[in-house]
Amino acid sequence: MISPVRAGWHVGRVARKSRETDTAVRLTLDVPTWPGNLAGSHIDVRLTAPDGYQATRSYSIASSGSSSQVSLAVDEVVDGEVSPFLVHDLAVGEQVEVHGPLGRFFVWTPDDPDTSPVQLIGGGSGVVPLFAMASARERSEYGADFRLLYSVRSPSSVFFEKELAALEKVGVDIIYTREAPAGSERAPGRMSRALLAETTVPPSLGPRIFVSGPTSFVEAATSWMVDLGHDPAKIRAERFGGSR
Amino acid sequence: MSHLDGNALAGTFADLFTVEITDAWGTCASCGHRAELARARVSVTGMGAVMQCTECDAVLAVIVDTVKNTVLNLSGLASIAVVKA
Repeated sequence: MISPVRAGWHVGRVARKSRETDTAVRLTLDVPTWPGNLAGSHIDVRLTAPDGYQATRSYSIASSGSSSQVSLAVDEVVDGEVSPFLVHDLAVGEQVEVHGPLGRFFVWTPDDPDTSPVQLIGGGSGVVPLFAMASARERSEYGADFRLLYSVRSPSSVFFEKELAALEKVGVDIIYTREAPAGSERAPGRMSRALLAETTVPPSLGPRIFVSGPTSFVEAATSWMVDLGHDPAKIRAERFGGSR
Repeated sequence: MSHLDGNALAGTFADLFTVEITDAWGTCASCGHRAELARARVSVTGMGAVMQCTECDAVLAVIVDTVKNTVLNLSGLASIAVVKA
């Protein structure tokens, strides 16, 4: 049952900022009025220029629960309006306006009565809401079987590398598309239908599937999963646009 | 820019309706297809956004942002069933 937390506008102060990947930063915001958020939800960050011009962009939340700290991983979009500022200029102690929590469709809760296995499929920064779901599963004593398939360009572009390696309740497969780590079993290469068949929960187990990342990645993954026999109604997607 | 889905309008709708409706079921006025609004095809432009039915491509909704108003055209949606809290 998705709880009726209302989305609202809040002010968040940057409590921590660190480099996450070669193109992304991890930001922890202190949001005193935050009502908490479900795993998979997102916030809209709004910046206002001195001349009044405003730009708003959505970012998935890497954390979940009742804490008033909101963790984001922001990937820099080349020539973007908002992400370059967040990645390079926004400093600890500064404030941003945020709208949220947003998301009632692309969320997972530990008390979900559906005990079908959960298959998470993420491309690039698409892993952020999936990481929130995997972390929520990790913290919960009971819950469905979880697997995460994560497609990234190279070892230097992996989000939450340490945390993913430490997960005990979630099986993680990382596919490197351009450059694989030394000694890797699999040569670098794009996700394919065959690779999905090899690494994801089979249709016979009726998994719920969450796919997120660039639109082209999401479209390819969802159509291949349907080809493999999964019920389209059990696949939920969140498209991030772009082409990476 | 490539298209998005109804999740991209979560914030816009939450501002207008005070409730998040990405999990609300919309019925296409053109072909009758029913799905959660999060599954709709969404194209975002400088002016606003267009939502389209994934079955028949008909326009479900158009949102136009002007300085003074947010103009909503929901005529492509025969109904929206909002999940009760």
